[in-house]
Amino acid sequence: MSRAIRFAPLVLLVVIIAALVWRLATPADTSVRSTMIGKLVPNFRSEPAMVKKMDFSSSDLAEGQPHLVNFFASWCVPCIGEVKVLQDLKRHGVSIYGIAVRDRSDDLADFLERNGDPYQRIASDPQSELQIEFGSSGVPESFIVDGKGVIRYQHIGPIEPSDVPMVLSKVEQAR
Amino acid sequence: MKRHLVLAALIAAAAAPQLVLADSNLPPAYWSNRQLPDPRQEAQAEALMEQLRCLVCQGQSIADSDAELAGDMRDLVRRRIAQGEKPSAIQAWLVQRYGTWISYRPTAEPAAWPLWLAPFALLLLGLLLLRRRIRVKEG
Repeated sequence: MSRAIRFAPLVLLVVIIAALVWRLATPADTSVRSTMIGKLVPNFRSEPAMVKKMDFSSSDLAEGQPHLVNFFASWCVPCIGEVKVLQDLKRHGVSIYGIAVRDRSDDLADFLERNGDPYQRIASDPQSELQIEFGSSGVPESFIVDGKGVIRYQHIGPIEPSDVPMVLSKVEQAR
Repeated sequence: MKRHLVLAALIAAAAAPQLVLADSNLPPAYWSNRQLPDPRQEAQAEALMEQLRCLVCQGQSIADSDAELAGDMRDLVRRRIAQGEKPSAIQAWLVQRYGTWISYRPTAEPAAWPLWLAPFALLLLGLLLLRRRIRVKEG
């Protein structure tokens, strides 16, 4: 057996360990991208989330103006911090439609009273059906839908204050 | 004192993921943990649920996962099967939203070709090795 072959297992071991160390140091992105970008929002009709607030259906997303559709929930901790950023976006003229995932109207009212209410309308999604329609996999998640009702952009996780200029430009592009 | 600190840190670390992955206060969807009355339909639903990947616990199928979203997806699968929809149509509907990622079943797209070719390549390699050994013995 030649010398090179004798060292092959050792080299293989080093390669495997190097690969494992590399993967640990740079974890893979496990977020699930929706494949609905560039497609029309699927037809849906929602139930009102609260008595005071209007809900919306897919046709309301195709009336000429772009919207930010925000999946959130009163039981979602990162959503609390996101409210302030959404209010900032609202001040900049972004129309925000909320979809409350698996929520109760009492909890929702409490959440909005405590943290603020940036939403123009809120639809209820008690069985995650709308979430699955959009190809979304968690809360918070946001979609920019243009005036024709085409999904243009998906934001996974909370929108951070540093994301505001980027989101605003995406909304501008969708006009 | 130090030990208490360590213990407190461990408890905090164990509790932290639950804070982040909080669950809602709503009960599971009706069909998420309930079998369909028709055993043939339930078998169809079960087979499909086993090959759909959970969006939250990505190593598990929605049949195995306890995540709420997986429960809602089981409810969706069972409801649609009960309405007479074909499992392949339901799968296609989900693939349209999440890509082929959602299914554990390998497809014929180019990215999966090495997967399909691997058994043949390995078999060929095995045969070659075997042939070499037999030859050595003959010699």
